[in-house]
Amino acid sequence: MDAPQSKSRDLDKLLLRSGNLVGPGFFPGTDLRDDIREYVKVLVVGAGGLGCELLKDLALSGFRNLDVIDMDRIEVTNLNRQFLFRLEDVGKPKAEVAAKRVMERVSGVEIVPHFSRIEDKELEFYNDFNIIALGLDSIEARRYINGVACGFLEYDEDDTPRSETIKPMVDGGTEGFKGHARVIVPGVTPCFECTIWLFPPQVKFPLCTLAETPRNAAHCIEYAHLIKWHEVHGGKSFDPDEPEHMKWVYDEAIKRAELFGIPGVTYSLTQGVVKNIIPAIASTNAIISAACALETLKIVSGCSKTLANYLTYNGGEGLHTKVTEFERDKECLVCGPGILIELDTSITLQKFIEMLEEHPKLLLSKASVKHGKDSLYMQAPPVLEEMHRPNLSKPLYDLMGRVEKDTVHVFGTSLKNEEKQSSLTKLRVVFKEVDGVADMDTAIWRTNSKRKTPF
Amino acid sequence: MPPMKRKKEEEATISEPKTKYDRQLRIWGELGQAALEEASICLLNCGPTGSEALKNLVLGGVGSFTIVDGSKVELGDLGNNFMVDERSVGQSKAKSVCAFLQELNDAVKATFIEENPDTLISTNPVFFSQFTLVIATQLVEDSIVKLDRICREANVKLVFARSYGLSGFVRVSVQEHTIIDSKPDHFLDDLRLNNPWPELKGFVETIDLNASDPVAHKHIPYVVILVKMADEWTQSHSGNLPSTREEKKEFKDLVKSKMISMDEDNYKEAIEAAFKVFAPRGISSEIRQICNDTCAEPSSNSSDFWVMVAALKEFVSNEGDGEAPLEGSIPDMTSSTEHYINLQKIYQAKAEADFLVMEERVKNILKKIGRDPSSISKATIKSFCKNARKVKVCRYRLVEDEFSNPSVNEIQKCFADEDYSGAMGFYVLLRAVDRFTANYNKFPGQFDGGMDEDISRLKTTALSLLTDLGCNGSVVPDDLINEMCRFGASELHVVAAFIGGIASQEVIKLVTKQFVPMLGTYIFNGIDHKSQLLTL
Repeated sequence: MDAPQSKSRDLDKLLLRSGNLVGPGFFPGTDLRDDIREYVKVLVVGAGGLGCELLKDLALSGFRNLDVIDMDRIEVTNLNRQFLFRLEDVGKPKAEVAAKRVMERVSGVEIVPHFSRIEDKELEFYNDFNIIALGLDSIEARRYINGVACGFLEYDEDDTPRSETIKPMVDGGTEGFKGHARVIVPGVTPCFECTIWLFPPQVKFPLCTLAETPRNAAHCIEYAHLIKWHEVHGGKSFDPDEPEHMKWVYDEAIKRAELFGIPGVTYSLTQGVVKNIIPAIASTNAIISAACALETLKIVSGCSKTLANYLTYNGGEGLHTKVTEFERDKECLVCGPGILIELDTSITLQKFIEMLEEHPKLLLSKASVKHGKDSLYMQAPPVLEEMHRPNLSKPLYDLMGRVEKDTVHVFGTSLKNEEKQSSLTKLRVVFKEVDGVADMDTAIWRTNSKRKTPF
Repeated sequence: MPPMKRKKEEEATISEPKTKYDRQLRIWGELGQAALEEASICLLNCGPTGSEALKNLVLGGVGSFTIVDGSKVELGDLGNNFMVDERSVGQSKAKSVCAFLQELNDAVKATFIEENPDTLISTNPVFFSQFTLVIATQLVEDSIVKLDRICREANVKLVFARSYGLSGFVRVSVQEHTIIDSKPDHFLDDLRLNNPWPELKGFVETIDLNASDPVAHKHIPYVVILVKMADEWTQSHSGNLPSTREEKKEFKDLVKSKMISMDEDNYKEAIEAAFKVFAPRGISSEIRQICNDTCAEPSSNSSDFWVMVAALKEFVSNEGDGEAPLEGSIPDMTSSTEHYINLQKIYQAKAEADFLVMEERVKNILKKIGRDPSSISKATIKSFCKNARKVKVCRYRLVEDEFSNPSVNEIQKCFADEDYSGAMGFYVLLRAVDRFTANYNKFPGQFDGGMDEDISRLKTTALSLLTDLGCNGSVVPDDLINEMCRFGASELHVVAAFIGGIASQEVIKLVTKQFVPMLGTYIFNGIDHKSQLLTL
């Protein structure tokens, strides 16, 4: 029963009352509300335009245990939308200021800030959370978190995902008046990798245009940035946050533009092209974050049906929102059961790592290998590499505890579409017993690359 | 660029008072920002829906705002409103929200009035005339209708927004909103490949497609290629451009046949752009409609926009020969720098010439209607010319009209469509709950007891509403009615933030007069996110 005056006056209507259009296993009541407060942990990745909004939205949706991670510091250009920051905060870590401000205004909420890169956290850190909300601005970062979250996923004998290993994510993105919000339930809905084709390749100017036939201001700027800089500065790498570097590029771009009679080079355009600045406003971020936070509440509580599974938003020409239900790629390297690799028990770890490089679906070089919590081999840092080096000559079968089959995670550089990417991939290793002594150098392995039916 | 000009640019990089607005200036520019900073906004009710809408505008640098809200902060508000805190419980909500927002941007002039908006609407309608725009949140139907009339009369822009459980709506209400700089996402460039003018033809003639030098050959811009090929075609087809599917294919093959090697990007671009040759000449039906609008007949009351439309109409019938003024820019394309720059100059020259004609016509029209011929600036006319093919006129029905006389056809169609039925149901229910309140003095499900009774009463209310609208056959799904009672008129923060966000975006479009505001009522469906824009 409601107390006449309750802080959760509005939320209670959803959490304490039964409904018809609700999620599976929805048990309304004070227990649900209190469990969310006490036990549910949400990680917000990013404390920028989306992150600030997400923290506020989640804090005012019944969540009490939040963590936020962001490696950046506050800049003046953030202030038109990242409302938790003030002019005097410029230079301070975003995660720390954001956490502090929300805790000041919403009593009872605990927010732990992490001023660090997402790659620097242990995998186990991410496993601690019930759900992860992403407010990121790059494909690479999304891919990384996606790889981590899907890495926790395990399948059982008949290839159904084990529900206790499912780590849901809610992902949002914005650009000007456009945005998207999506729900990712590994093993159930498509993961980020399954639908990577949704993201168009970055516009790159052909080299000959930059070098020989520039036609517009952007060409002149990129010439200065990508070609002239290296000619003049040799090995020194260009830092877009260094005002002197940016000014140098601007001056060179002007010179080139004058040479070719091309108008339009301004300092603002130079920054925009070099930094690939995405225009951003408060309203779109607020809209997309709200959608993400709402889905987070629904997934955790079951208080309503959830978004299935991708929402696009465009507010520039009238107003358009659309829901698309994308399907999983059952062969997905990241959220699928894992590529099956059959090995002889005699294969050494060294040989296994070499094989990964040649595997047609992987092409993974410089792989580090992890089995459950154990690192079998690490390429870096040198101290750990040396420590694990003796494992290389041991049979993988032994290192994995002589089990017939198990999941292994490999991390390295994969060459896909002629582009190098760091990639965290799941493999299902199955050992074939071999009679007699095996010749390690000619040991055969097979993959199931020809299998047509889903796992 | 002469050294003097460059120094000014340099200074701009050092002293950047507006740096914090950089990311939004890249969207609406200095003109848009100036419009925002001149605007004065009135917010009715500062629960989370209104507060979140206003927050986005304050961050963007709106000139001033006045919050009207007579309520005191309750404990429950701490659970859904970021702009009130423990210290403000028992105090004026308007005061608390105002203080928070002022902190977000000290350049904004912030004031509040402790008054119930419904009372203000009934007793002091003149109050609203001082504002550029009113954001009216969480009002019930009766106040909505009254306020709509008041703002129409006073020519004040109006945006309604409401959050209700997992549903809600946003609606713009303005007599007429004209847009020059509509900034559509995708719009065909104005190359006139299907209708080249003499100077363009002359330039094209100076370039020989059969250049012997292979480097030169592959750096001829596709505009030149297509104009030449189109000309060749019309000569052998009695002056007609390709129109049938076979002809279009034949034309593309003709272009392809001129390639001397596979890596000629300019020819590949030409084949891809060939459809621009087949496109119909002249102005679009949308622009034609605007030109034929009754407002296009200039009178002393005509706004600047309509004066320019009148000039456009004259231009199209005379100098334009069916076409609007040339836009003047060309997209990037594979080309030698020299050809590209020269081509650019030709397009710019024609655009300038067309502008001068338009300017003359505008001045004459202004004289005719008794206005100062220089009262519309060169810059405005230039912008109009550049955007002539994209201008837009938005007109909105009075809410009262829509409520008493909606399109029955649309309603029935929406109920029958799986993607629209949820939104349509919520539209009806959002009106039904206000009728319910008028009868029973509370919202359905507002209190914990008597849920079943409320559900059945709401169902009856919804049915009678549909009958009044003339939609006897349509039915709101029971599940939705149940949910609406479950919501109990709650204002959830995440829904308020979403709806407030949408509302603030419409305000920005209306105030900056850039981009296109929504035409219709946006119904938010937070259950499956199948929200829809309903134009009734």
